[in-house]
Amino acid sequence: MGSGHRTGHRGRGRGGGPPNASRERVLVLPGEEIPADGLKPGPGTYRVNGRVYASVLGLLNHTPPTVRIIPLSGRYIPHPHDVVIGTVTDVQGTFWLLDIGAPRWAPLHMTGTPWKIDFGETAQYLKVGNSVVVAIETIENTGRIGVTMLGEGLGKLEGGSLVEISPARIPRVIGRGGSMIGTITRLTGARVVVGQNGRIWIDGSPEAILRVTEVLRMIEEEGQRPGLTERVQGYLQSTAGPRPAREPRSDAPRPGDPTGPEPLPGPGEDDETIGPSPGPDF
Amino acid sequence: MGSVGAKDVPVLLTADGKRIDGRRLDELRPLKITAGALHAADGSAFVEWGANKVMAAVYGPREVHPRHLQENNKAIVQCRYNMAAFSVDERKRPGLDRRSQEISKVIGEAFESVIFVEEYPRTSIDVYIEVLQANAGTRCAGLVAASVALADAGIPMVDLLPAVAVGKVAGEIVLDLKKEEDNYGEADLPMALVPQSGRLVLLQMEGHMTKAELSKALDLGVKGCQQVYEVMKDALRSRYAVGRSAPGEAAA
Amino acid sequence: MSDEVTAEILTTHLLELARAGKRLDGRGADEYRPIHVEPGFVASADGSALATIGNTKVVSGVKLEIGKPYPDTPNAGTLTTNAELVPLSSPTFEPGPPHPRAIEVSRVVDRAIRAAETIDLKKLCVTPGEKNWTCFVDIHVIDHSGNLIDTALLAALTALSHTVTPAKRFGVGEVDTPLVVEHFPVECTFVRLGETIVVDPSFDEERAGQGRITVATDEVGNVVAMQKGLIGAFSPDDVRDVVDRAFRHGDRMRAIARGN
Repeated sequence: MGSGHRTGHRGRGRGGGPPNASRERVLVLPGEEIPADGLKPGPGTYRVNGRVYASVLGLLNHTPPTVRIIPLSGRYIPHPHDVVIGTVTDVQGTFWLLDIGAPRWAPLHMTGTPWKIDFGETAQYLKVGNSVVVAIETIENTGRIGVTMLGEGLGKLEGGSLVEISPARIPRVIGRGGSMIGTITRLTGARVVVGQNGRIWIDGSPEAILRVTEVLRMIEEEGQRPGLTERVQGYLQSTAGPRPAREPRSDAPRPGDPTGPEPLPGPGEDDETIGPSPGPDF
Repeated sequence: MGSVGAKDVPVLLTADGKRIDGRRLDELRPLKITAGALHAADGSAFVEWGANKVMAAVYGPREVHPRHLQENNKAIVQCRYNMAAFSVDERKRPGLDRRSQEISKVIGEAFESVIFVEEYPRTSIDVYIEVLQANAGTRCAGLVAASVALADAGIPMVDLLPAVAVGKVAGEIVLDLKKEEDNYGEADLPMALVPQSGRLVLLQMEGHMTKAELSKALDLGVKGCQQVYEVMKDALRSRYAVGRSAPGEAAA
Repeated sequence: MSDEVTAEILTTHLLELARAGKRLDGRGADEYRPIHVEPGFVASADGSALATIGNTKVVSGVKLEIGKPYPDTPNAGTLTTNAELVPLSSPTFEPGPPHPRAIEVSRVVDRAIRAAETIDLKKLCVTPGEKNWTCFVDIHVIDHSGNLIDTALLAALTALSHTVTPAKRFGVGEVDTPLVVEHFPVECTFVRLGETIVVDPSFDEERAGQGRITVATDEVGNVVAMQKGLIGAFSPDDVRDVVDRAFRHGDRMRAIARGN
């Protein structure tokens, strides 16, 4: 990059900070100067000659001692402890390559699974096209993303359906303290695994899957309009049918609880949100 | 450049300083930008600038294919500028000609100068520009569209990159050449500005200018870029903010 | 979903839905996504249109040039169709020489235009043996969300229907006259999902599909072209069924292109 004046561009963060952050909804664009107010420049910012600027399009967020930008768009950027849903894209002798929607594929080593696998037997356990729930362990300087399938709620996914939304919307899907995802699973009887990478697995009756899918569409496309929580509850209550949910399969991960750490109060909770509007006509 | 004194050279400048389309010397053509115009891309933008219609899309950062192109310590930026066969007066054979390849290179290098590529080692950030309708200044329109698309895709950058072509027409330095001015004028100078630093990351020139004319052109270009910058920011704010519905439009 | 590999769960889910007569986006098996056309999208062409089906967007531009007829057809003009599946339009398209799927889209669209006798090539003759019009139909895919063939042909036919022959510019006439479009072929593409055959496949449905069949019809009751693609099979009764459906959808698409 250019002249070398910039110091310390920080990678883009997502969340996980304490929830006593400022709640202003200020949209910033790359190159806009940010008042630092003695805060440390954090993810999504860069510093030149003592002044701090945004590097990504997103929401300005002051979470002392840091000022950061919460991105509103873009591919999933992995962070340690994130739980994500991946698709197996390649099988090798000792590992599989997963597409997790990040800038790079993530290798899952056979020792990172609960199975005892001999060299060359990997294909018997996971094939190209299979879906798995894994947790991010490490991000190396080379960009290599280390993942593991060892842990509670992690494993191979079977059946159900997959929906993909913008990763920036995931905090909204989970809600403060898991309130939104709790409402969704309670009012549909569906089992849901929410990946921080924007991928969401839904299992249950066909009606339950349909209703959850519609709620996710509402969150993705209408999330920036006020009153989202009410609209979601209204939709779920008005479409509740008499049939109970199908019994969940016993071998898939358990549903429901928010995956990953407490989401940073980013794009709106119960009030209006800033976020991308659905693609306009041109 | 066109030949002076050719039979059908249009009047490029009137006695009272109006250009062929009535603009003042320092006036931009109408500029409209729509961020997020495409569905499949990670980021996109559609630019309508004068009679130009240019679409840009960004994919990435993503794995590099073929793998031998990847860099261990940073993302590579692969830029492809292409013109549709029907975008110009005389139908253009599909495919990248040498002009398109050169433009792809200089635009890609402009972006590499401002994208924080060290953030994404061993990946590629792919920038695609398709000119659907051309009327001079397509590389600037393409660069502007791609810059908005990069922001739409969440790619970290020093700044957006406004761009514009300055020229010399009938002896005067003018802003934002249209087709006849480009064909029959005396010089053409496309440029792209990093507003945060005030520096240029794209600069080309062809024609005849004195040092003084060049200096004036640079200043006029920077001013023009500042105007384009506002339209770019408006387009992104429209897409991402609550309550606004009209995509960024320039006051003509 | 992912650039390269489709999740098996998604494929299985699509097939399960299809068994119940449902689709992922809530459509019925015989329902198109919203269809729009915008004629005159590109002023640099002699005729043009943007066509969108769902999120799939295709621009077509028609340009006419004066040339010399081939020796064996001195009284006719020529028509050439080319479709570009540019990498801008999909993460699954790479830059480089035309991929077989781009070639297939070009040729299937061209086949429908030619077989339907959309343009009377004899009317493109200016001076027998010396001067004729070459009509270039260029198709530029800009957003791929499934079903490129139907969208591409719709864009091309709408563009042709709004084309004005540039006689003045080429010095072969005093007046620019509209290009005469004799017939209006429309293509309808279907994909097999299990035992159900759905029309207008979305991107995911194309990837999960077990065979694809395209039927081109004209406005006077002829089937003018067909193409079976991808991996899978259709019985003769399946073919009769999709032909019936193609006529119905074709008439509707022609009405949309006419602005009804």
